Amino acid sequence: MIRWDRGWRLTLRVACALMVTIVFLFPVYWLAAISIKTPNEIYSYPPVWLPAQVNLSSYMTLFRDGDAWSVWHSLVTAGVSTVFAMFIGTIAAYSIVRFRTGGDHLAIWIISQRMIPPICVAFPIFLLYVSWQIVDTYVGLILLYTAFNVPYVTWMMRGYIQEIPLELEQSAMVDGLTRWSVLWKVVMPMARAGLFATAVFTFIFAWNDFLFALILTKSEVVTYTVKVTGYFGSQSTFWSKIGAMSMLGVLPMILVVGTMQRFIVRGISLGAVKG
Amino acid sequence: MSSAISKTIDSERVFKYLLIAPAVFVILLIGLYPLIKLIVTSFQNISMFDNDLSYQGFINYERLLDDDRLWKSLLHTIIFTAIALPIELVLGYLLALLFLEKLPFKQTLVAIILLPTIISPIVAGSIWRLMLDQRFGPINQIIAWFAGGDVRLLWTVETALVWPAILIAEVWQWTPFMFLLLLAALSNVDKEQLEAAQIDGASWWMTFRRIVLPAIMPVMFIAVLIRALDLFRVFDVIWTMTQGGPGTFTETISIYAYQMAFREFEISYSSAIAFLVIFLLTVTVVWALRRVEVSR
Repeated sequence: MIRWDRGWRLTLRVACALMVTIVFLFPVYWLAAISIKTPNEIYSYPPVWLPAQVNLSSYMTLFRDGDAWSVWHSLVTAGVSTVFAMFIGTIAAYSIVRFRTGGDHLAIWIISQRMIPPICVAFPIFLLYVSWQIVDTYVGLILLYTAFNVPYVTWMMRGYIQEIPLELEQSAMVDGLTRWSVLWKVVMPMARAGLFATAVFTFIFAWNDFLFALILTKSEVVTYTVKVTGYFGSQSTFWSKIGAMSMLGVLPMILVVGTMQRFIVRGISLGAVKG
Repeated sequence: MSSAISKTIDSERVFKYLLIAPAVFVILLIGLYPLIKLIVTSFQNISMFDNDLSYQGFINYERLLDDDRLWKSLLHTIIFTAIALPIELVLGYLLALLFLEKLPFKQTLVAIILLPTIISPIVAGSIWRLMLDQRFGPINQIIAWFAGGDVRLLWTVETALVWPAILIAEVWQWTPFMFLLLLAALSNVDKEQLEAAQIDGASWWMTFRRIVLPAIMPVMFIAVLIRALDLFRVFDVIWTMTQGGPGTFTETISIYAYQMAFREFEISYSSAIAFLVIFLLTVTVVWALRRVEVSR
């Protein structure tokens, strides 16, 4: 009798869990469905729940019209800025952990930079970019995303480097390695899981950005998020393009949750949960 | 020998600053420089029509006081934060309870639920605009099944529905964030203590207050802090769904500041707004951190 009761409870919990999952997944499914629907299926009433076949013409249009370049722009700016931010942030974190540079306050000052709403500093940055003539360039966006992500990288890598035993470094130094080679040959390899996870999140933050891209680009390096909002017109809304372009933005993220789930908790909680 | 040691120490002193210099440099460039520029500009008079760089006193700050649209947008932001945050927290907690014990395909289901949190808020806003479309969207269709007949709710246009629509998108995107953090926190709660409480016949509420809550408090505090700061600057989702409309009905402080700076080119005035926002945020966060320290 007790057994049976337990089975029931488990079934109920599984049913609830499945339902919740469907609720959270359905909107993304709907986006994916729209991206592969024919125009007739998109504009049908009542809505078509399951597209009859996979129709890639929406994606084809994006590539033919050159709109897909915006995904490339996002990829380049997010990718390159991630490399820079990781380098700058990691060496800074090493300095903070091993030499206690700036005491506890410097680390907190650095992370508090993330608190300021982007819109507050957007205009001064825009003016700066105008005078430097780097509005609407790769250099401009990469510089911004790098600077914007350095606090995050420094903060996260500080946590990961703190977990590396000091003895390892000391014995490497006794063996005659310089500080710089200790950093590259001992610390970096030891922290590689942390490096990888932090890099993925740094990439995501830049990849998902909208406000800075909206302000600092015009036509040359427009990112996919800016492009998506452009398809919502006051007269007509380009549903198939919104669907396809948004899906191009979502696909890398599906890869991320699929492969690095165990790093996600620590990444999004700013290191508060060690996971 | 001793000179060799002091030489290492000397070179390390330089080295540690060399390592941190690039980080400090970019933060000063993108963080501190704009802040100073902002404060300077807010005491000048620069707009689409004027370019007066002389000191103007507090005229821009005085203008803040009479700006109805500003205080409304601030109020929208605060109310929206005050409603969305508890909903996300409670839903996230309930979900975490559901997934706490063993469950088949747990990892896969958690990964799927996480997806909304990882995608761009712009995409989330777009998704919900498609979902809530009055004619071709599935939401109205589902409501029609229950209500019967034709349902044509104008989710992103009608004043009674726009805020709920934005709230749905926001809660859908960020509940998984709370869920994941609380799940991690809950799985660290001491099982023996829970069992002991059960044996002692403690009520559900007592167990929650005395054992569970103190254990998950640090993580919950961080989660709430991160989300509160994000909600306070909410821009992307609302921008895609309504652009602050109809009229200024869903205008938040970020959207208002954007409109003032980049649409109306009220440079000096928007600087005053930005400074006000930074000031309010700093005061609130410092106050919150103090309170936590005191209560510990």
